[in-house]
Amino acid sequence: MKVPRPWSARAWLDTAHVMIGLPVAATLAALTLVAIAVPPVLRGGMPYFTLVQRSRFEAFLGVRIPPVRTPDTLRSAATWRQIGYHLLSPIVGVAAAVLVALAWGGAVVGLLAFLPAKLQKPPMEFTFDLRDQRVIAAYMVIGLALLLLAPMLARGMAALDLFVARTLLGPSRSELGQRIETLTESRAGVIDAADAERRRIERDLHDGAQQRLVSLAMNLGLARATLTDLPEPAREAIEQAHEEAKQALKELRDFVRGLHPAVLNDQGLDAALSGVAARAPFPVKLRVDIERRVTPTIEAVAFFIVSEALTNIAKHAAATKAEVRVRRERDRLHVLVHDDGCGGARMDGGTGLRGLAQRVDAVDGALKLYSPFGGPTTIEVDLPCE
Amino acid sequence: MRVVLAEDSVLLREGLIRLLDAAGMRVVAAVDEAEGLLRAADEHRPDLVITDVRMPPTHTDEGLRAALVLRRQLPGLPVLVLSQYVEERYAARLLASAADGGVGYLLKDRVADVTEFIDALRRVAGGGTALDPEVVAQLIVRGDSDPLERLTPREHEVLKLMAEGRSNAGIGQALVLSEGAVGKHIGNIFTKLDLPPAEGDHRRVLAVLRFLKIRSLS
Repeated sequence: MKVPRPWSARAWLDTAHVMIGLPVAATLAALTLVAIAVPPVLRGGMPYFTLVQRSRFEAFLGVRIPPVRTPDTLRSAATWRQIGYHLLSPIVGVAAAVLVALAWGGAVVGLLAFLPAKLQKPPMEFTFDLRDQRVIAAYMVIGLALLLLAPMLARGMAALDLFVARTLLGPSRSELGQRIETLTESRAGVIDAADAERRRIERDLHDGAQQRLVSLAMNLGLARATLTDLPEPAREAIEQAHEEAKQALKELRDFVRGLHPAVLNDQGLDAALSGVAARAPFPVKLRVDIERRVTPTIEAVAFFIVSEALTNIAKHAAATKAEVRVRRERDRLHVLVHDDGCGGARMDGGTGLRGLAQRVDAVDGALKLYSPFGGPTTIEVDLPCE
Repeated sequence: MRVVLAEDSVLLREGLIRLLDAAGMRVVAAVDEAEGLLRAADEHRPDLVITDVRMPPTHTDEGLRAALVLRRQLPGLPVLVLSQYVEERYAARLLASAADGGVGYLLKDRVADVTEFIDALRRVAGGGTALDPEVVAQLIVRGDSDPLERLTPREHEVLKLMAEGRSNAGIGQALVLSEGAVGKHIGNIFTKLDLPPAEGDHRRVLAVLRFLKIRSLS
């Protein structure tokens, strides 16, 4: 911890926190005692009492104590922990305020020890003669030491107060655990929903635009093949329209393949991956051992890992061949992509590996990359599949 | 030539009927689901069946399963499958019966290349094969390539085009080779794959099947 200097803002904020803490704590403790006798007041008032203290920590120490999200009933442990804090805080508050006040006060007294010597007559009898230079010097050394000590003491007392407040006012371990569970669930929900949305878009495109485009291209092809006696410009226009329709069809197909290929949905990873492997511009050895299909979300993640990894290899690795292995072992899915390219791939290299890692992270999987300069490169991914 | 057509999209079904009509083929029945296809094929005994893969009720692989049933019930009936994507396990099972009569597996987009599509239809109806280049590529990914490693890269290319169903002249055109040179390559392929001399077409199909790692049913 950095030692605050006596004239720093930190030192004065800590001191103010501790000093204001005492009357606030005393008032709230009194109110809490009254409220315990009248349960409805306790139920209604407790959140406000706690709010006052939480704002004090935020205002002086800049620390936000996470609010507790359990309902504020008298039966909840959170409420009782809060009551505990309000009753305990005056005790901590008195000790802290007295110690900090003594330190600052002592510092002031010590440092001003030379003043009485300047007066004609000492204001009162001291044990030590304050006109004696050595006594003055000793007082001033002690005063200086207290001046340096006071900010540290204030810091320490504020930290103690904060520790107690965090323990009693903040969420407990089990509440944090619950919160993590809720977050995990809602994150899984969001990912599943995004995935379902991709599948829906794929189905809509298949039933709509794709069929229409196939039909359009076919009709134009038919016109091109049969209307041979048209004037040249008309024939050219038809030819061009036909080529463009075919190109649009190809682009749409590539788009859908990148989005969520139908084959993944209908037939699973095995079939979808052989399509990806076959379209790679280098030979790919593919091995898939999955007896039971994994969840659609994990299927999608695994599919995109392989598909992105192969795209990356084609773009950056200058590889002559690659190998893909996918294996399910009970509730884990292992994906391995290996190439004999030039290596040197990095997570932060802007090569799409980062996006892969994010998708893996989002489902609590783990991604490992081995890619020394000169190759070869191996990506290993481990995914939960239940 | 009499054709039974199964396709659930009205737009495409009508378009295909028009296309086949223009090519001088007659669509004797056009249905929109697999059960109807089985009935229509049984009733009309057509020269060719064309079927989509994704059809009601589950919109997954009804068409392919129906095609496999048809190949079993009516051996030798030429079937061409049109698909949104390549499912090589079904393609492999479909091809396993290729020696009994024509089969084809094309991506749906290929109907846009009208002339080539009609060629493919005629080839399948005539007992040949018509495989989408993507089907071939995908089946190769699946095979472990032991006896095939004896082939030169050029022979590999020739075999790939044979698998798609092209004639010697077509292969020559694609690879810029004379028809004689193509014939020589094919002779070498037959030797390397241990295929004894037989009637030309049959040996060709067997070479393709061996290439694609499919055990022929016959």
